[in-house]
Amino acid sequence: MQTSPSVSPPVGASAPGRTLAAWWQAAPLTLVFCLFFLLPLALILMVSFWDFNEYQMLPDFTFKNYFSVFEGCLSPGDLCVTFKTYLSTLRFCFLVWLITLLIGFTVAYFVAFHVRSAMVQTVLFVLCTIPFWTSNVIRMIAWVPLLGRNGLVNDGLIALGLVKQPVEWLLFSNFSVVLAFVHLFTTFMIVPIFNSMMRIDRRLLEAASDCGASAWQTLWSVIVPLSRTGIIIGSIFVITIVMGDFVTIGVMGGQQIASVGKIIQVQSSYLQFPLAAANAMILLALVLMMIWGLTRLVDIRKEL
Amino acid sequence: MTDSAKDSTTAGVPRRTLLKGTAGILAAGMFPAVHAQEKIVLRYLGTAVNQDKTIGDKFKADTGIEIQYVAVTTDDVTKRAVTAPNSFDLIDTEYFSLKNIVPTGNLKGINTKRIKNADKITTLFTTGMVAGKAVGDQGTAPKKVIYLEGERSKTFAKAPTQWMSIIPTVYNADTLGIRPDLIKRPISSWAELLNPEFKGKAAILNIPSIGIMDAAMVVEAMGLYKYPDKGNMTKKEIDLTIKTLIDAKKAGQFRSLWKDFNESVNLMASGEVVIQSMWSPAVTAVRTKGIACTFQPLKEGYRAWASGFGLPATLSGRKLDGAYEFINWFLDGWAGAYLNRQGYYSAVLETAKAKMEPYEWAYWMEGKPATEDIKSPNGDVLAKKGESRDGGSYEQRMGGIACWNAVMDENAYMVKKWNEFVAA
Repeated sequence: MQTSPSVSPPVGASAPGRTLAAWWQAAPLTLVFCLFFLLPLALILMVSFWDFNEYQMLPDFTFKNYFSVFEGCLSPGDLCVTFKTYLSTLRFCFLVWLITLLIGFTVAYFVAFHVRSAMVQTVLFVLCTIPFWTSNVIRMIAWVPLLGRNGLVNDGLIALGLVKQPVEWLLFSNFSVVLAFVHLFTTFMIVPIFNSMMRIDRRLLEAASDCGASAWQTLWSVIVPLSRTGIIIGSIFVITIVMGDFVTIGVMGGQQIASVGKIIQVQSSYLQFPLAAANAMILLALVLMMIWGLTRLVDIRKEL
Repeated sequence: MTDSAKDSTTAGVPRRTLLKGTAGILAAGMFPAVHAQEKIVLRYLGTAVNQDKTIGDKFKADTGIEIQYVAVTTDDVTKRAVTAPNSFDLIDTEYFSLKNIVPTGNLKGINTKRIKNADKITTLFTTGMVAGKAVGDQGTAPKKVIYLEGERSKTFAKAPTQWMSIIPTVYNADTLGIRPDLIKRPISSWAELLNPEFKGKAAILNIPSIGIMDAAMVVEAMGLYKYPDKGNMTKKEIDLTIKTLIDAKKAGQFRSLWKDFNESVNLMASGEVVIQSMWSPAVTAVRTKGIACTFQPLKEGYRAWASGFGLPATLSGRKLDGAYEFINWFLDGWAGAYLNRQGYYSAVLETAKAKMEPYEWAYWMEGKPATEDIKSPNGDVLAKKGESRDGGSYEQRMGGIACWNAVMDENAYMVKKWNEFVAA
């Protein structure tokens, strides 16, 4: 709020009134934010230090839940469940981020720079969002008859004589999980990147070409840096969703691949709320650190 | 509770109670005349499998009381009973969940004097016997948790009392489901689930408290260990069971795990899996697609489950009366016959028998070959003339119970180890 004078240079006698009005205008959202976000979060933090038994939570202040999460993690040899789970989730996160970024950037680039007519641009952009008209789960399940042992892909491969036995790793594997994630979340990359690309002044591209830059140099030195905001926003979307996901990994991984979200879900359905809360706090801390790291790369507030 | 007569509405209403009641109504700002006209709506919390629209409609037609279904998963029924006991008027939950719910005091005992058919409830629940023979009682067998010490008791009674925790509605004995057309040989033991012959074609369910019991049946059948009580393992026994599962998983035994009833149907119908833990309505669902699927009886016996109706502690007045009316109606035969036709079993057999055709009773309950086509309540043909039901008669099937779904003392540890299995 203290920055408002710098935004509005004419600081007059009306300033106190304006500040008050600004506070009033911000109040509803602040209230909603406090009530539905900060308060529950504080409760989760509190509960993560509580004790519990089979059917109730016992107010306490104990680090038991946190110890329990990391139990066995310091001993050498086999990785503990928590590390193994986070490692697997992080690996998915990285792969999905990389692939959605490449695809998302390419699609956005094509629509923003290669399609000249605004009409066609709009149509293509809407086309990208059409998959969002059906439910998440339906889009995932649609892969099952395609990739299954008796699915279309395997039938095709066998008919072509490329394989003798059905390929098993197509479904209920790391591959199918990444595939479903990419399918589901590429749009989250396309939209913000497209948005920042549309705001690039076209004269800059002409200038680059006038200065003798090759297409590749223009892309790397002009377009990529100027689309940075979109890339970072898209990355934040994809990373936060993948880190917390348990439905996609569950369905596409045949429930056999662990994810942090799944562990939290199982614990909360067995009334082990404090344990689930401790896990949630750890996940939250990790995701916040990742986002903090990303926002170091670009000042989103300034760029928007 | 020491004074049981106090809550019995059949006894003459004392003047003091009447005055108190009137005062209460006045205080609440409601007029008795308007109140009496109001329709009763009962919020029925349970799993979708048991919440049949036809049953609700029929009850409304018979009594004018409306049933509003609130469908959640098995685990969530327990969660709501513990965390939000005022969000329902009637709960349909499994017996094993009672170990978590009853100690909270969120349920009130059901007065068996108000249940017309209470003494006709099958002995499987009250004494753990079928046709005079005791069945397996490892795990949370209903007879261990069906009676409470009083109406507001938080502990289970050792001997029969006037107060029941929940009144049984449906129950069944589960086993492995198989695709006989793809396996092409007889299957007779739980050990087959981890037989390397079915590598990459087996599945187990990912609901820890039920999955661990299936795993225990397998461990015993493989001859690895004999549990003193599968339904209440020690930490060491849990370690052994989970290790067996992890080894199998690492060797690629499981194609998938499943959590939802529909997932199990898809896995089986698509041929991704040929042998897996399964529930009876899922087998029926695969069959109605015209795909061969058997709910295979196994020599080690069945893993049984049972669910029943309970009343939240805060329920009172006309809603309480309505809930009692629903339970009485449910045990009266029509609903029982309806459930029996789906392959479940009803709590009061004789009233259900009266509402079924003799040939239906012979097929479903006596294990005899069908003398006419057997249809599901919606009219789909489930079995052709001459076929007989998997597992035989009621006595054969229920008599073959080896253990019950359970909540163990080491539940927290078990869930943690189960997560290790999923992560392995």
